[in-house]
Amino acid sequence: MAADTLYRRITDHANRADPYPLYAELREHGVARQEDGTYLVGTYHEIAELLHDPRISSDQRNRTNPDEFALGREGMPVSFIGLDDPEHDRLRRIAMRPFGPPHTPGRVDALTGEIAKVAEQLIDSFRDRDRIDLVDDFAYPLPVTVICRVLGVPREDEPRFHAWSQTIIDSFDPTPGTDPTERRRAGLDARSAMGEYLGDLADHRRGRQSDDLLTAFVNDPGPEGGFTREELMTTSVLLLIAGHETTVNLITNGMLTLLRHPEALDLLRREPALMPRAVEELLRYEPPVQLLPQRSPLTDVEVAGVTVPKGSPLILVLASGNRDPQRFHDPDRFDPTRQDNQHFGFGSGVHSCFGAPLARVEAQIALTELVRRLDAPRVVEDPPPYRRSPILRGPRHLLVEYGGTRP
Amino acid sequence: MSADLKNGRIVVVGASLAGLRAAEKLRDEGFTGSLTMVGEESQLPYDRPPLSKQVLLGRVRAEDTGLPRRREVGAQWKLGIRATGVDPIGKHLVLADGEQLPYDRLLIATGTRARPWPNPGEGALDGVFTLRTSDDAARLAERFDAGPRRVLVIGAGFTGSEIASACRERGLEVTVAERGPAPLVGALGGALGALAARLQLAHGVDLRCGVTVTALNGRNGRLTGAELSDGSRIEADVAVVALGAMRNTEWLAASGLAAGPRGLACDAGCRAFDMYGIVTDDVFVAGDVARFPHPLFEYQMLSLEHWGNAVEQAEVAAHNMVNPGPLRRPHLAVPAFWSSQFGLNIKSVGVPTFSDQVVIAQGSLEERRLVAVYGYRGRITAAVSVNRAKWLEHYQRLIETAAPFPPEPAAVDQPASSTPVPSDVPDPKLLSHGPTVALTGHQPDRRLTLMRWSG
Amino acid sequence: MKIVVDLNRCQGYAQCAFLAPQVFEMHGEEALRYTPLAPEDQSERVRRAAAACPVQAILVEEEAGPGVR
Repeated sequence: MAADTLYRRITDHANRADPYPLYAELREHGVARQEDGTYLVGTYHEIAELLHDPRISSDQRNRTNPDEFALGREGMPVSFIGLDDPEHDRLRRIAMRPFGPPHTPGRVDALTGEIAKVAEQLIDSFRDRDRIDLVDDFAYPLPVTVICRVLGVPREDEPRFHAWSQTIIDSFDPTPGTDPTERRRAGLDARSAMGEYLGDLADHRRGRQSDDLLTAFVNDPGPEGGFTREELMTTSVLLLIAGHETTVNLITNGMLTLLRHPEALDLLRREPALMPRAVEELLRYEPPVQLLPQRSPLTDVEVAGVTVPKGSPLILVLASGNRDPQRFHDPDRFDPTRQDNQHFGFGSGVHSCFGAPLARVEAQIALTELVRRLDAPRVVEDPPPYRRSPILRGPRHLLVEYGGTRP
Repeated sequence: MSADLKNGRIVVVGASLAGLRAAEKLRDEGFTGSLTMVGEESQLPYDRPPLSKQVLLGRVRAEDTGLPRRREVGAQWKLGIRATGVDPIGKHLVLADGEQLPYDRLLIATGTRARPWPNPGEGALDGVFTLRTSDDAARLAERFDAGPRRVLVIGAGFTGSEIASACRERGLEVTVAERGPAPLVGALGGALGALAARLQLAHGVDLRCGVTVTALNGRNGRLTGAELSDGSRIEADVAVVALGAMRNTEWLAASGLAAGPRGLACDAGCRAFDMYGIVTDDVFVAGDVARFPHPLFEYQMLSLEHWGNAVEQAEVAAHNMVNPGPLRRPHLAVPAFWSSQFGLNIKSVGVPTFSDQVVIAQGSLEERRLVAVYGYRGRITAAVSVNRAKWLEHYQRLIETAAPFPPEPAAVDQPASSTPVPSDVPDPKLLSHGPTVALTGHQPDRRLTLMRWSG
Repeated sequence: MKIVVDLNRCQGYAQCAFLAPQVFEMHGEEALRYTPLAPEDQSERVRRAAAACPVQAILVEEEAGPGVR
């Protein structure tokens, strides 16, 4: 089929369960211009170059035809994921201050005990059953509980922010050919509502002491000044969504992959010390974020012999780069002991995933506990039904049966 | 002896980073013969970069910087003994105790040593230090622990600046004396030199540029202070002489090899030249002691005191030592180094001193976050990032492809005005600190190495 | 366990400083400092940090055993 329909086919929900043949087709074409003037890149080395190329912007305003809905709205501008340095860097630094080094280096390490406890309690509840939905019963509640704890959002508010979050993610569904106007408007409304909700939560933390990010944002702005209220809202929305819509896919894709590779599952049960490398391989093999849809060049840029004109939409298909045989030996093989594994699971360059260390720890703990405690687990339906988004790709449900649970 | 040597005898002289990585690579390449490692220092290979940072801060003991191995090397180690000569006809290395080690292939990786204070009497005062070895760092860290009233650092290259940074972080008073116009100017040129000066002042360093230390004063064998060329005096109980490095080549004087104060010359495949410029086929060179031609810098001979170069050149040398001619590889890696000081991460690719102009391509000096791009006669030859390392590989590609200078003015975080200015790389003879990158080629107007033997 | 980080490769993603904060530490926003000889009780964290390094810059040698030569 023609390469200029690749994006349409990649985003087609019918191909969600196995987009990898399409990615192989994309790599064959190098840089693929789409019908609508969008450029797709799926080869490892080109993606690596573009992620470190300062001529590539993440800011919609640098597009010839900006997507007006991606520009945010008055009172709720774009978050740092859609900004370039120095603004991106400044906001990210402020957000990092209570989350990680250099100011708060021990935060994620100190969370490991709590994360393990959450995982333990969830699996305990599987004891009297022989079938679970891994998504609803484990892979979703675990990271939600953790991000609530980290941000300082009441866990019981989950139904409210989950609905907003779904609406926001659906609004960014890039499926070409569908009319996005209504979805986009609903997405902006949901984003504003979530922002106000988080802003109000933060306002109530003023002058109080608690080791969550919202409290820190309002009480400890740091030497270069903290967030404005708008910035706090947009950043908190970003962190809350990213913290609970991506790790769920990493855990679910991870367990599905292990269930499809029983020898790997056995190996990890025998040698749990291999789990950190296995999670890196999962990030390569089935990355929770498949593509970055919002880049565009600030000037005409030549990529693998093709000129991508200034202001064109440029889509980097990370999951395709992760399977590039020019970079990875035997890329379609899942090898949990793979050593040479510089993958794009969390992107690369200045926009690389803010929450990566937390996601890593959550996935390591979650998979270690599932592998250790579920006896003879098996997938009920393979492939499982997938969520709609081609960007944040993962099963909507994953029914797993097992013989019992171990203590 | 066949050209693809997998058996036989290999001797590596110099048991530091380059020597170790070469030994590992030799085994990776399938060399199963006898491997002998000769080192003047008595320790197994250790890492030097932490010596001027973590060790001086008192966070890491000097003896705890041993280098991890990539694999077992199965070598015989002769440590704590100097090599005193090579007999290229008899093909053996001569050691200080008279032992002769026969070789089929020899790798010379003897590195550099700290340039000592030129007045030996003053240099012998208690309280006067250099910093190159683990032992040096241990002694200096111990002295810092004792809480000296003031430390004098002589020379504001990377080592001197990192020492000053460590002093300030420990709360020690420190004076830095540099003959050139600014710290780091010999490696990074005028614009970043000015930034380095502001940084030192902002961190409370008593920075004295444009002066030389004319005398170190002592009483009862102990350092009491120093006299400067501007007539001022400084009281200090510790002085660190950071005047750059000297290449360990004197022991090769009678070898017939092309060895001198600039290093031991070799071809792009790390094969040593003899004094007539004829390449040898069994003597190889790697690391700080090597002097080699680089196509990106007009085939001028480069001498690099860089951690990364030691690793990469050692790997190329090792590969070429045991493979036949057509399978040999050139050492073409783009030079790269880093330094961390005063809370900043400074990284460089290319050769900033091989430049006539520089432009701030991203960020700003005021923010202390930037990428500076260097050009020479209209092409990009180097880039230096300050807390902006994630962009640097883009500029490395521009260097590798000889992209035009200045770079296209279309980049995120681009300063409002980005006009190239002269890079202001001074002649090294005007500096206290020796250059860590020396171009020793054919430009008579640019004398970029110091040819001064210490008295 | 012995550690060396190739700081030419390092771009300051700080994953190691999150995952093994007693061994790896950021000095400012981007410069990494680390303990080249990490205590054994940090082994698991160091292994996690090495696996997580996005530029694969961390080399770890587990045991300085008899194979040291």
